[in-house]
Amino acid sequence: MQGQLNPDNRYGEPKVIDACSLFGVLDTTGRRFSGHGVFKAIANMHDRSNGLGGGFAVYGLYPDFADYYALHIMFMGPQARSETEAFLNVHFQVFHAEPVPVRAAAKVASPPEIWRYFVLPRRAESETLADDDLVIHRIMHVNTTIPSAFVFSSGKNMGVFKGVGFPEDVADYFRLDEYLGYLWTAHGRFPTNTPGWWGGAHPFNILDWTVVHNGELSSYGINRRHLEMFGYYCSLQTDTEVAAYAIDLLVRRHGLPVEVMAKVLAPPLWDEMEQLPPKERELLTTLRQVYGSLLLNGPFTIIVAHHGEMIGLTDRIRLRPLAAAVKGDMLYLSSEEAAIRLVCPQLDRVWKPRGGEPVIGRIGTPMALPSEGSVQNSKVVLR
Amino acid sequence: MTSTRQAPATTQAEAHVQAPAYSYPMPSYLKPRFRVEIEDRRCIRCQCCVEQCSFGALFFDQRRNEVGTVEQNCVACHRCVVFCPTQAISVLRHPVEYRENAHWRPEVIEDITRQAETGGVLLTGMGSDKGWTCYWDKLCLNASQVTNPSIDPLREPMELRTYLGSKPDRVELDPKSGGLRTRLAPQVMVETPILFSAMSYGAVSINVHEALARAAAMTGTLFNTGEGGLHPKLYSYGKNTIVQVASGRFGVHPEYLDVASIIEIKIGQGAKPGIGGHLPGEKVSDDVAFTRMIPSGTDALSPAPQHDIYSIEDLSQLIHALKEATNYTKPVSVKIAAVHNSAAIASGIARAGADIIALDGIRGSTGAAPKIIRDNLGIPIEMAIASADERLRKEGIRQRVSLIAAGGFRNSADVIKAIALGADAVYIGTAALIALGCTECQACYTGRCAWGLTTTDEKLTKRQNPDIAAQRLANLLEGWSHEMKEMLGAMGINALESLRGNRLHLRSVGLTQQEADVLGVLQAGA
Amino acid sequence: MHVEAGRDGNTVEVDAAGLSSRELNLRLRELVTAGATHIKLLNVAGQRYIGSDLDRPVTLEIFGTPGNDLGSFMDGPSIIVHANAQDGCGNTMNGGTIVVHGLAGDITGLSARGGKVFIRDDVGYRAGIHMKQYQERCPVLVIGGTAQDFLGEYMAGGILVVLGLTLGSGHRHRANFVGTGMHGGVIYLRGSVESQQLGKEVGVAELDDQDKALLQGIISEFCGHFCMDPRDMVAGPFIKLYPRYLRPYGPLYAPTHRGAQGQVPRWKVPG
Repeated sequence: MQGQLNPDNRYGEPKVIDACSLFGVLDTTGRRFSGHGVFKAIANMHDRSNGLGGGFAVYGLYPDFADYYALHIMFMGPQARSETEAFLNVHFQVFHAEPVPVRAAAKVASPPEIWRYFVLPRRAESETLADDDLVIHRIMHVNTTIPSAFVFSSGKNMGVFKGVGFPEDVADYFRLDEYLGYLWTAHGRFPTNTPGWWGGAHPFNILDWTVVHNGELSSYGINRRHLEMFGYYCSLQTDTEVAAYAIDLLVRRHGLPVEVMAKVLAPPLWDEMEQLPPKERELLTTLRQVYGSLLLNGPFTIIVAHHGEMIGLTDRIRLRPLAAAVKGDMLYLSSEEAAIRLVCPQLDRVWKPRGGEPVIGRIGTPMALPSEGSVQNSKVVLR
Repeated sequence: MTSTRQAPATTQAEAHVQAPAYSYPMPSYLKPRFRVEIEDRRCIRCQCCVEQCSFGALFFDQRRNEVGTVEQNCVACHRCVVFCPTQAISVLRHPVEYRENAHWRPEVIEDITRQAETGGVLLTGMGSDKGWTCYWDKLCLNASQVTNPSIDPLREPMELRTYLGSKPDRVELDPKSGGLRTRLAPQVMVETPILFSAMSYGAVSINVHEALARAAAMTGTLFNTGEGGLHPKLYSYGKNTIVQVASGRFGVHPEYLDVASIIEIKIGQGAKPGIGGHLPGEKVSDDVAFTRMIPSGTDALSPAPQHDIYSIEDLSQLIHALKEATNYTKPVSVKIAAVHNSAAIASGIARAGADIIALDGIRGSTGAAPKIIRDNLGIPIEMAIASADERLRKEGIRQRVSLIAAGGFRNSADVIKAIALGADAVYIGTAALIALGCTECQACYTGRCAWGLTTTDEKLTKRQNPDIAAQRLANLLEGWSHEMKEMLGAMGINALESLRGNRLHLRSVGLTQQEADVLGVLQAGA
Repeated sequence: MHVEAGRDGNTVEVDAAGLSSRELNLRLRELVTAGATHIKLLNVAGQRYIGSDLDRPVTLEIFGTPGNDLGSFMDGPSIIVHANAQDGCGNTMNGGTIVVHGLAGDITGLSARGGKVFIRDDVGYRAGIHMKQYQERCPVLVIGGTAQDFLGEYMAGGILVVLGLTLGSGHRHRANFVGTGMHGGVIYLRGSVESQQLGKEVGVAELDDQDKALLQGIISEFCGHFCMDPRDMVAGPFIKLYPRYLRPYGPLYAPTHRGAQGQVPRWKVPG
């Protein structure tokens, strides 16, 4: 499949390399808000991307269809839509379908036809899989067997919008100014070895999980081979894809809490573990022994989101930047602090999370301020 | 070797053979391999070289007041060269030349000659010298440039630590307390993924065994007893010891099993797949006898198969017998020679309940093996480890076992490439002996090793000072470990587990598509 | 360009809102060439390389958050930031002063060869990495708060001071690998660290009178910038971290020529 179904990888590279800007914001009260600030923030980090990919994930997007899987599908060939819809009608109940509204004047490159479908999976009596697994299997079927069709968003009451262009132009194209959400993540892409294609932009999505990522994983090869043992098929050859699948495996299938998942992706050094109390040391040692192949090695910052939660994480020696900030009920994560300040000049606290230590924002849980970091222009009290 | 004709005719086959028509010694047509030249101007007649030569190639000629040579006895061990205080000695290839012939090479002619004179099976030591394709030399390693940074191992953390043992697919936590519910099978930690390969006491001297044990302790890794038991004076190194249970079951008793970190069932070894071993009675000294628990001076015979393992379910039975005997406190390894279907066998071994699988390739070494076996049976370790790793992954059971690769690892690059192909760790044997002076003269089977390595002769054994030998071995591991850290750092990786099975960091040069496919690597530039 | 410059003697204001990094720096070059000695930059939001190519004495006062590589390669100007700075502040700086009224990001003072950087609060990873000195050029980096890992990594020269002012009482610095690979320069550290947090090439010593005099001057300057009282700080307690070896890796290598053996001396730094 390498390089055949994936137009991003026309040269058949074993993996696609890119770099990026990231931004994310969560209202921990669950209040929905417009993405204007997000567009402004990601646009401010224009220099970190090169116009070959931008995208957004929005949570709390479709309250009217909150119980249905919202499939966003791009069609890049003439037969793709009819073929896909025939498949959807067999395997899903489709409650609503429509083209995703766009602004044709926006500065994006050769957009494909993009539709959204609100669906529930049909199940044969013999099928015992949970709905989520059924949906994943069928999406993988569409993405690997129907030429020129690509499902790029599949969660409930959330959606991914992405394409080729600078992120602010992608937002303009998808008329994202018209939507509300309680959690937004954004990505500007700087691919080094591909011309960029719409499906290859970020965020990467599986069910309601999304990942945006900056960096390059030196561990990609083994991360991928390990995930293949568990039935994940890495069709995009991107680091973001393996990060998303790893998170799906650890959190959804293996039932690990997000904090523990972070310790798999960015475990402490063996020497650091030895300094810890016995119980913690045993847990961390066991995690690393069992999940060593899922250690994300090399520079990365990721912002991971799913319903009710946003997580920022960097590699364990912090080779990629991440600024975190809190203002009232809002949590901000960004590649650069300046982008946050542009949206929210007065912050309660801004800090640089240590490598491997996740920043987690949850709906209903007010953000605890870290002991580190600074409050702008506060006087330092001498001790 | 003496002529088999003079041995007592004990077998049926020999009973039918007529006695030779003549009884005087057959003249040998073999020519010396090496020429020993002693520069008269430099020689001070100290006779150090004569003292050092354990093969009888040098003697002191009192009448001429000079060192004389018996060149056909020289094996090129270089002991005399190193110890000559005035650097007067050169060991050269013997200048007798054959007419060029690509097919009937001198070695072929000599082998035929030797067999014609003895009627025997050609015996040799160490690993195959036949130049099987070395795939390590056809694999290039990756390095980071721009899109991710290389990491500086001298100043930033770089982790080689490895845990050997079976791992589950997942970790389970108690949903209420968040505490750990998963209990792992026993794991053994090594600080560097380089282990000392099985070398039995008897095949090597007690001082070598002690040096291996101490070096393993110094560097946080493991040494392997081989199949000859463990001398009680080395029990204190148990934490760094893999004890072997082989077909001969020498020295296998509860204390031996209890003292170790890992128990290894030896099915085969790369140098002689499917072949047992004969430790000749001359090497069975009192101390060897004591350790192996057999009478002194008798041949120690290891059968070709383990006679309680004729099938895979029998292997499972032995694995679990050993686990029961040690109350499931230590991993059980199974070592096999890399052979044509070793991937499928590895899968069976994993399902039989082993925690570790050791694969030993065709370049693996031995103290003594039939030359024809050593040079022709088995497959290269590169292919075996790649296919075993891939097969175990396809079957979803790779987590269940650790894989150890063995057979001719020459340097840290070989090691790191094996790990990228999918090995958890490697065994080194020959490299360790070279660290102690071995020159690959292949005369181990004679028991006359001039370096005190593959001998049980008390005088020769003393040539290895365990203090110095342990330091040399530890130095070697330290040097290789540093180099591995440099290579990992260049690849932008700071933990070995992120390279393990990560074949994207390898690219092939000069391989056929099929070879590259078996190794699971892409062509360089692709 | 939305440049709004109001002239007041040699003081000029520049509204950076909406300007790209290149536009803003071009404007700064023009103003400095025209003789401005004090420039206030308003509404700065992530513009990079501010002050990089200004070769005359000028003071830049930044309001808003400057972008990466603030004052990189800079040689002479003074920069005052009334906010936090991002990554690469003072990167390969040659001379001049940077004062940050807040925190700074990763690789603050990377390879600085001269000049002074004062950060009021904390810094990110790898601050002071590979600072170096030659003859009279000796960079100084003062961190008012604490630092993250790899502080002073392979430092080759210069003076790095960490005051620990943001540490809660009873808290130690959390940075690991402090001074790892250090082979020149000195780190003065206030606040506690444990020995396993230090790089293996680092020695620990008490301050002598010469150190104390040097430190007192630096702390006074720091306090002058941030209107603080130096007395409590000077009292310390400080430890001095110094490189144990000029050539920490000499013994690492095995010469491939026998004759080269023993020619890799392992000099110890005097004092």
